[in-house]
Amino acid sequence: MPKSVFAHFSNFPKPLLGDWCVILLSLALILWSFSTLWSQQPAATLRIRMGNVVLGEYSLMQTKTLSVNGPMGKSIIEIAQGKVRFKQSPCHNQYCVHQGWLARAHQAAICIPNQISIELMGASPAFDTLNY
Amino acid sequence: MYLHFQSTAEDHRVAKLTAFAIGLHLIESAFPSPLPGVKPGIANIVILYVLQRYGIQTAIWVSLLRVFASSLLMGQFLTPTFLLSLSGALMSLMALALANWLPKRYFSVITLSILAAFAHIAGQLMIVRLLLIPHASVMVLIPVFAVAALFFGFINGMITAKLLNKQA
Repeated sequence: MPKSVFAHFSNFPKPLLGDWCVILLSLALILWSFSTLWSQQPAATLRIRMGNVVLGEYSLMQTKTLSVNGPMGKSIIEIAQGKVRFKQSPCHNQYCVHQGWLARAHQAAICIPNQISIELMGASPAFDTLNY
Repeated sequence: MYLHFQSTAEDHRVAKLTAFAIGLHLIESAFPSPLPGVKPGIANIVILYVLQRYGIQTAIWVSLLRVFASSLLMGQFLTPTFLLSLSGALMSLMALALANWLPKRYFSVITLSILAAFAHIAGQLMIVRLLLIPHASVMVLIPVFAVAALFFGFINGMITAKLLNKQA
């Protein structure tokens, strides 16, 4: 009598104790990576760098157009109530412009030819006090 | 004038096992993937099997020959696809060489498979990050690939464990 097809899918060796540890540890790492890398925390501030020099930090809660000078010329950065983008850039490939609006914490856009980068930061670290 | 190559039984074994791995790889590439970059990697079953039966040296031979030969067969030699394949294979071989030291009493081939799968995506993502998409946004893909690595690593490990069991 020929064996059923399903017979091939039974009698798998059981994972050992260490295997289970590896599986659980990987599951934990995966959950952690989801929670840290897929956090949807809205951004609060914008940091602009040229090379590795921080040129300034700006609140995202405003409407403002900034002009930053890089080695190739002026990069125009537009802040619009919670989001930011490269509006214009003197670089040839325009990757930074095509990246469009950024609005979440830890997002970044980098214009390598003009050495300008914009980076969004979340609300944390929290403020001690606020003064008006 | 003759050029004479003396091939040993070991060479023949490597060639045969590599042919298996190439075959599995070609079958796998015939199927479309639901998510670009997420593949079961069934050729790694052969690598794991070779590692367990013949040792790390044979596994390195089979794995690297598989990468070179199947990239030639598919016309991808020295393309980005080939680079991804090579870096993944090198990283998983390194992981296997290290994980091979784990005590066999507690860690079966399933552990080796999962660790190799994680090393594989790590190697590939490194190339993607350094050469193909030099941008931090690549990091967002890590969780998806990690889930695939755990899932397929586990299944490939189970299949290898079963194959090894039959041999014993």
